[in-house]
Amino acid sequence: MDELLRDFLTETGENLDRVDEQLVRLEHEPNDAHILGNIFRLVHTIKGTCGFLELPRLEALTHAAETLMGKFRDGMPVTGEAVTLILTTIDRVKTILDELDRFGREPAGDDADVIRRLTATAGQRHQGSADRGSVASPEAAEQARIDKPGDETKKPLSHSIRVSVDTLDQLMTTVSELVLSRNQLLEIVRQQGDSEFNVPLQRLSNVTVQLQEGVMKTRMQPIGYAWQKLPRVVRDLSTELGKDIGLEMHGADTELDRQVLDLVKDPLTHLVRNCADHGIESPIERSAAGKSRRGTIRLSACHQGGYVIIEVADDGRGLDTAGINAKAVEMGLASEAELAAKPQAEINNLIFSPGFSTAARVTSVSGRGVGMDVVRSNIEQIGGTVDLKSVPGSGTVFTIRIPLTLAIVPALIVAVGEGRFAIPQLAILELVRVGGGAAHRIERLKDAPILRLRNKLVPLVHLKEVLRLGDGANEDGFVVITQVGNQVFGAIVDNVFHTEEIVIKPMSSRLRHIGIFSGTTILGDGSVILILDPNGVAQALGRAAQSESAVVFDSRSPEENFREDSVSLLIFRAGSHRQKAVPLSLVTRLEEIDCRRIEISDGRHLVQYRDQLMPLLHFETGNGVKTHGKQPILVFSDHGRSMGLVVDEIVDIVEHKLDIEVTGDRPDVLGYAVINGITTEIIDVGHFLPEAFEGWFRRRDLSASPSARGTRTILLVDDSAFFRDMLTPLIKASGYQVVAVGSAAEALAALKSDSQFDLVVTDLEMPDMDGFALTWAIKRVPSAAAVPVIGLAAMISPDTIERGRTVGLHRFVAKFDRSSLIAAIKENSAGIGRAA
Amino acid sequence: MNDIADTTDYVTFNCSGQSFGLPIERVQDVFKPTKITPVPLADPEIAGVLNLRGRIVTAIDLATRLNLASRANSATAMAIGIEHRSESFGLLVDEVSEVLKLPESERESNPINLDHALSRVSAGVFRLDRELLIVLDVDRILAARERAPGEVTSSRDA
Repeated sequence: MDELLRDFLTETGENLDRVDEQLVRLEHEPNDAHILGNIFRLVHTIKGTCGFLELPRLEALTHAAETLMGKFRDGMPVTGEAVTLILTTIDRVKTILDELDRFGREPAGDDADVIRRLTATAGQRHQGSADRGSVASPEAAEQARIDKPGDETKKPLSHSIRVSVDTLDQLMTTVSELVLSRNQLLEIVRQQGDSEFNVPLQRLSNVTVQLQEGVMKTRMQPIGYAWQKLPRVVRDLSTELGKDIGLEMHGADTELDRQVLDLVKDPLTHLVRNCADHGIESPIERSAAGKSRRGTIRLSACHQGGYVIIEVADDGRGLDTAGINAKAVEMGLASEAELAAKPQAEINNLIFSPGFSTAARVTSVSGRGVGMDVVRSNIEQIGGTVDLKSVPGSGTVFTIRIPLTLAIVPALIVAVGEGRFAIPQLAILELVRVGGGAAHRIERLKDAPILRLRNKLVPLVHLKEVLRLGDGANEDGFVVITQVGNQVFGAIVDNVFHTEEIVIKPMSSRLRHIGIFSGTTILGDGSVILILDPNGVAQALGRAAQSESAVVFDSRSPEENFREDSVSLLIFRAGSHRQKAVPLSLVTRLEEIDCRRIEISDGRHLVQYRDQLMPLLHFETGNGVKTHGKQPILVFSDHGRSMGLVVDEIVDIVEHKLDIEVTGDRPDVLGYAVINGITTEIIDVGHFLPEAFEGWFRRRDLSASPSARGTRTILLVDDSAFFRDMLTPLIKASGYQVVAVGSAAEALAALKSDSQFDLVVTDLEMPDMDGFALTWAIKRVPSAAAVPVIGLAAMISPDTIERGRTVGLHRFVAKFDRSSLIAAIKENSAGIGRAA
Repeated sequence: MNDIADTTDYVTFNCSGQSFGLPIERVQDVFKPTKITPVPLADPEIAGVLNLRGRIVTAIDLATRLNLASRANSATAMAIGIEHRSESFGLLVDEVSEVLKLPESERESNPINLDHALSRVSAGVFRLDRELLIVLDVDRILAARERAPGEVTSSRDA
């Protein structure tokens, strides 16, 4: 094809995408002369070039469009229909361009239909605006030009050249090969030891790195390119579906490899369509639900480590959980019993299964049953993940996490059993040597391996066990400390070798389901090794924890049901001489701080901690805060706030049954327990929190007198582990058995599997299924319908009370008003006998 | 009586004593696999991945895939390289023999008592002088093993 024509096609394609975007903006801001000027100029440029290249169809179309645009500029009101008409024209232009691209000439055909409508619209209101227009016209045109003299279309091209994407791809492949050859040479020289090749090879190596970086840079593009078409997509969908939808874009300048960009374009478009079609409600529904009539889809992108995180969020109705459950059963993906036992978040992920669509009617927009599975497989193909979070009534968020580049990354080569694996360097925080006389050793909490690292407890995973390459009895080796999201964890490997620049090759389709590997690569010695995906390893860590708890849950008999599980307790000394303990799960970190860093303000002790001022508290009976040397503290955190509890000495961590003997007579002590033969005070963290932060929660003096000890059992439902762990000992101290679960789904499963609960205490605000929904569901479980439910509300409004009454809640207690909670528990559990 | 146009060239090979054939246009190359890297958690028939002139090849143990007795000596195995949806696969077999030109009209449908695992991947059978030759349906061989509903990852069966 003619070089000139090729350039025209590329340039026009880009210009048209911009026209699309600008038109949608114009529709919302019809009086913006600047936008109008931009569009006019773009269309004008296309028209001019068409004339020059002798493309009559295109010229006629753009000419008609330009005439209409001219009317706008002259003051004709910009209407929705007129914009739709111009967009239609642009679609026609694109169709012709496609043909032109394929066959090198304009296809035969006639555009009289579109042109007629354009002319009619332009002529129709001409009279009304004629006088104003005729005067304003030349000025407005001039104005638009002056507004932005250095605008894109006029920008001199001296600093950039157009390179075809194929050339860049070819270059990248060549560089990959070069890196592989360099690696092979390095391996050979490494084996030979001292060699005359060392110096030139070093030089070659440096040049290779520079070349590689240069090529990578040429391939980076802002993600905004992938978003360019979306305003138009959303606009068209709004019209088609009769909805009012706004599109927000944040972080459009976030750069990523164009290969990745290309591959992520379609999945993103699909997700946005999905949000518009399924997520956002009609304006009427929205008003009825007390929302603004206009729905919003928010796209955002940012860098995080070696990954780009893209979010597609809407403020619509959230996922149709009932529909998903029904569909999952219908498709045989899970039985109803299995679904009840799963957290809703996990069930929601089933929408990524092939052929899954809950749309009752098939629309032209989405809901054709193809899509979400393709979205996921496309994203996984490039080593990414997609996750979703949905809150009924308030919206859905899809989070896509994709690697910045697919091509070449530095990786650490490790040995696990007989095998070697690569771990991308970007994911590694540090490397710790364990066992064999090293400073660190692997400890076990129950069966879970843990590493104590600078007073932090890092959960570990034995890669050997995860990969089933033998058992993990070997405690000598290395721990690769990794972070995925907020979770820091360590992977135990047997040995570590060197780091190497690896060229990532995609995982075979037959192996992709394994999930723990993100790809394969060829090492310098020619062997193939697998690349471990830290994300997948983290999931294995979670699975281990989950499957354990699941097993415990399923296998217990009614007797075992009430056996109190042992918990990890942190034993320390503070204040009085009596040994004290606190459940380890409540403690965020153990720290030792320099006393010189402690400040006193308004009679309170404070310390700068992680860019925040953290209050320090101490036991009333104790010596208070030290004035010199190091002060050990226990840090408790929740929702971004931290408090430090001053202690004299940290003694030990033990596994012990939390069997509280007597309710404490002091406000800071929950009760006493005998641990390893020593009477130990179990401290009440809840006592210190309000002291640290007025307003952390409202608290009345707790005077929970020991009640007559019954054997009543309470099911506690709260998604926050912190408060679960805090309320459990409190309720136990008042003489009840407690089974604590983290979600409504688990609660329902527990209630269905045995009917021995006397009372349910549930947090009202929980993700997926809130306390109201849970209560409603409980009332529909025949064996549990009679069990009273107490709701813990952060704020009790008449509205909350009304909702509660509708679903059958027995009582509200302000969250953290612990004395009222205990009182309410007593009241509500008293009259009711065991359902069994 | 058969026209030249109606014949197909088959690469024939032996695996656990059974003869198989693959249309020659599906066979990329025949090679002796070296340094196969096993893939943890993969399906049992996946022997591993290997480097063939810079390409990553997924090696599939045909004997395991077809529930045949496992090969006596894996050291002497040969591999048949296949391109499938722009990915490279290698079928591990015992021995690769000649290329046979066989008339399509003589390809018979599967005997009804053929082993289930075999009949699923067989595109027909030829009666040769001394033995039966099973024509393999490559796409079926390379398709993922059928999973039980609900089974998502192999780590589930832990």
